[in-house]
Amino acid sequence: MEQIAQLLLAGTIFLSFALLGTASLSGCVRLLSFQGYCLSLLPIFIHQDGFTPRSLLLVAGMAILKGWLVPKVLLHAIREVRAVRETEPLIGYGVSLLIGLAIVVISALLAQRLPIPAGVRSGLLVPVSLATMMMGLYMTVSRLKALTQVIGYLVFENGIYLFGLLISRDMPWLLEMGVLLDVFAAVLVMGIVIHHISREFDSIHTDRLTQLKG
Amino acid sequence: MSIELFGVIVVPFLAALAALAWPDGERRPWLLPAAAAVHSLLTVRLALASSVPAPGAWLSLDALGLLLLGLSSVLFLGCSFYGVEYLRRRRDRDNRLFTACYLLMLSASSVVAASRHLGLMWVAMEATTLSAAPLIYFKRTDRSLEATWKYLIMGGVGIGLALLGTFFLALAAAGPEGGFVLQLDGLLTLGPRLATAWLKGAFILVLVGYGLKMGLAPLHSWKPDAYGEAPGMAGAALAGVVTGCSFLGLLRFYQVCLAAGQLDFAKDLLVFMGLLSLATAAVFMVSQKDFKRLLAYSSVEHMGLLVLGLGVGGGGVFAALLHFVNNGLGKGLLFLTAGNIHRAYGDKTLGRVHGALRRVPVSAALFLIGAFAITGSPPFGLFLSEFLLLKSSVSAGRWGVALSIAVFLAVIFVGMAGAALSMAQGEPPAEPLRPGHRDTWTSTVVPGAFALALLILGLHVPAWLTARLASAAALLAGAP
Amino acid sequence: MTALAGLLAHGAALLLLPPLLLGIIGKTKAAFGGRTGPPFLQPYHDLLKLLGKGAVYSRTTTWMFRLGPVLSLAAILVAGCVVPLAGGSALSFTGDAILFAYLLGLSRFATITAALDAGSSFEGMGASREAAFASLAEPALILVLAGLSGSSGDLSMTGMFGGAARWETASGLVMAAVGLFLVLLTENSRIPVDDPATHLELTMIHEVMVLDHGGPDLAFIQYGASVKLLLWSSLLVRLLLPDAPGAAGWAVWALGVVALAAVVGAVESTMARLKMPRVPQLLFVAICAAAFAMMFMVK
Repeated sequence: MEQIAQLLLAGTIFLSFALLGTASLSGCVRLLSFQGYCLSLLPIFIHQDGFTPRSLLLVAGMAILKGWLVPKVLLHAIREVRAVRETEPLIGYGVSLLIGLAIVVISALLAQRLPIPAGVRSGLLVPVSLATMMMGLYMTVSRLKALTQVIGYLVFENGIYLFGLLISRDMPWLLEMGVLLDVFAAVLVMGIVIHHISREFDSIHTDRLTQLKG
Repeated sequence: MSIELFGVIVVPFLAALAALAWPDGERRPWLLPAAAAVHSLLTVRLALASSVPAPGAWLSLDALGLLLLGLSSVLFLGCSFYGVEYLRRRRDRDNRLFTACYLLMLSASSVVAASRHLGLMWVAMEATTLSAAPLIYFKRTDRSLEATWKYLIMGGVGIGLALLGTFFLALAAAGPEGGFVLQLDGLLTLGPRLATAWLKGAFILVLVGYGLKMGLAPLHSWKPDAYGEAPGMAGAALAGVVTGCSFLGLLRFYQVCLAAGQLDFAKDLLVFMGLLSLATAAVFMVSQKDFKRLLAYSSVEHMGLLVLGLGVGGGGVFAALLHFVNNGLGKGLLFLTAGNIHRAYGDKTLGRVHGALRRVPVSAALFLIGAFAITGSPPFGLFLSEFLLLKSSVSAGRWGVALSIAVFLAVIFVGMAGAALSMAQGEPPAEPLRPGHRDTWTSTVVPGAFALALLILGLHVPAWLTARLASAAALLAGAP
Repeated sequence: MTALAGLLAHGAALLLLPPLLLGIIGKTKAAFGGRTGPPFLQPYHDLLKLLGKGAVYSRTTTWMFRLGPVLSLAAILVAGCVVPLAGGSALSFTGDAILFAYLLGLSRFATITAALDAGSSFEGMGASREAAFASLAEPALILVLAGLSGSSGDLSMTGMFGGAARWETASGLVMAAVGLFLVLLTENSRIPVDDPATHLELTMIHEVMVLDHGGPDLAFIQYGASVKLLLWSSLLVRLLLPDAPGAAGWAVWALGVVALAAVVGAVESTMARLKMPRVPQLLFVAICAAAFAMMFMVK
């Protein structure tokens, strides 16, 4: 069990790295979907008493949401605006990978300083979630296309979800529902916004969104 | 949960649903004042009742929550009466989503005010963030789209970080065998037993996350855009209520830090962010070319003053809470009148807008009053709270902080007053004003009321308000 | 007596088996392409043919050019002594893993200097590429070795690749296997890093370095390459498959090595070569996998 959890966590990090190094938008979405499936499987493996009805339900919900629905919406948006690839990221892909590596090291160091409460198995959960969050944030700020920014934001959300797993065992239902709904709502609203941006500008380059200054 | 508390949450929510379903765009805006009036009545009843929260409850009002609830109720009431007129003038835009989201924001901010559970509070905070997006995008121009995009992506990141901070706090409260606590009473009882590393991490993350929503420098970059492009009544709600919600979120974590005895750490961070916000606002206000963006930077400044008050501690906390009320009223006054002037000129560029005192005399006069009030000129409430803030930072021995505040406030005064005077005076443009854009009774009475309230607060703070502010400050000052 | 038999078997497998792996890879690729392909023993014939030829040396070359193939093969064969095949290695001592890594480095150094000595710009280009990619593959190898030594508490290759699949560190083993497999592909100039069958000098890495070698020198180089493939395959097999004493162990091992050769062939048939700038990214993945392997196993 623990071994599978570790593999899934490693897979999550690999996918984050792959996202940092991928130019094709649909490729990014596919990777994001894989990452969603990786994350969604974790709740049953991360805790000692994993196979509860509640965690199985969570698995199903997250797999549908993060693995299927969100990528589907994003792919739809890509088709809608006929975008193919991130043409000019602010920072090149090679350098991005190195920055990703630095992020992993930093989050490993950070995680060492934070004491993990008993009852949570994988000590890797904290560094992996911190690294995923930071890589997502980094992607959001270093890319110019609206869609890649949203993908970065979703990676960031994935990292937060991973962190939430630490406390998911004892957290009340309401919060889990809230997290799900809010992620969903955020993406939905962003999707609409992108849709409008494409209609207004004919492309979804946030680089052009520079009229407001100062 | 009392029936009134239930009401302040559910009534606006139902009204929002009704607004979505209502087919008639002409009459739909009347839902705003109707719901806001009920909300205000219930709030008054809540204020008259004792404000001791039920222990362990998820939704219950304490003195701090009451403060936010009261302010948001007043602002919403004013803005919604103004809004009926405004939305009637903007017949070209469908107001269905705008009305619904405005009401939703009121409902969500009531939940924020009443939350005793930090997870629930986060959910409500997210709801306020999301419901504000359609308000900013109301004009449907490419500029408002740009503003909405920036607001959403930055707000999303901020709210995400705040959630992470909330998780951190839950971990700080973890017992040896699990069992996480996010209920405020539970957290306060745990006090010094909270794990320090997680608690500090939580406070930093929440300061960044909710600070981003408040618009503290250097996380303010979405603010001028969003405030600049949103309609005046939305700007007032954003600057008074949404920032207030985030401020309350910050206050809750401050309370926990206080109970845990980690306040010194929190205070240093707050002073730093506060001074940085003041400095940023000063720099950008002096060279500002757009009067709505000027107001946004003024909001950055006042958010900075709020966290400075917390950071200084002692009497500064009381000052910050008083300032919180004053700033909300002042922002309401300024955004509504700025909206009037913007409409009368079809332009919001400083240097092209002159002679407003002759073109829209009442609005311009009120705007001028607001500009002087918001920069802390004597007969108004903000003078009192800013003076208290200076005094408490001096008595806390922080001379450097006090001196910096004074210098930045002076620079900001120059920027703001210069802009307001050049707008009010001079020669108005030759082309005649369209009849729909004149000052009317409905477009000026609400800002007028806000101005009057500010004046009263400057001359004499009523005893009932002082008592409630003091009991709210006591929650943040370690008094038993 | 059994020790001697084991040693003999080790020597025989090390010296005789390698070209067969090349044959298996070739056969797999042919099968994927729908062809019959050359027979399994074709590489042996090729080597014998090359050994029977004379060598031509350019006047610009020096003794380094002649030394290269010999030194390279010698280093690989010595490395083969410390790598455990089925029953353990011929030579085992604490820290021989370092010797293994550096012997492979020495072999590469010999090939690269010989290539540079030829003075051709193509060979220089190939040499620089080989050096660059090898320097990226090496950290992955070292990290995997570090992880394995941490989990087994042993610093010799025989101890690290003990051949017992350990379930308590299964995730680490999977990661180590991923890392090692990528290093194997890189070290042996296989697709997707390098295409051994390409005919365009500009896209070559390893092959372009040995263009000027002929006759026995080329035979040495090709034979050395196949031995290297056997060594890496053996490491991977020992990492994943359980150990058994005597003949059963040899059978499992041989099966594993053959299967791995088939997998390499399948990868070569189904993937295209990566663009040159993408290769470092692949090796980056290898390094990350190795780092995870170390984290999982040492903990």
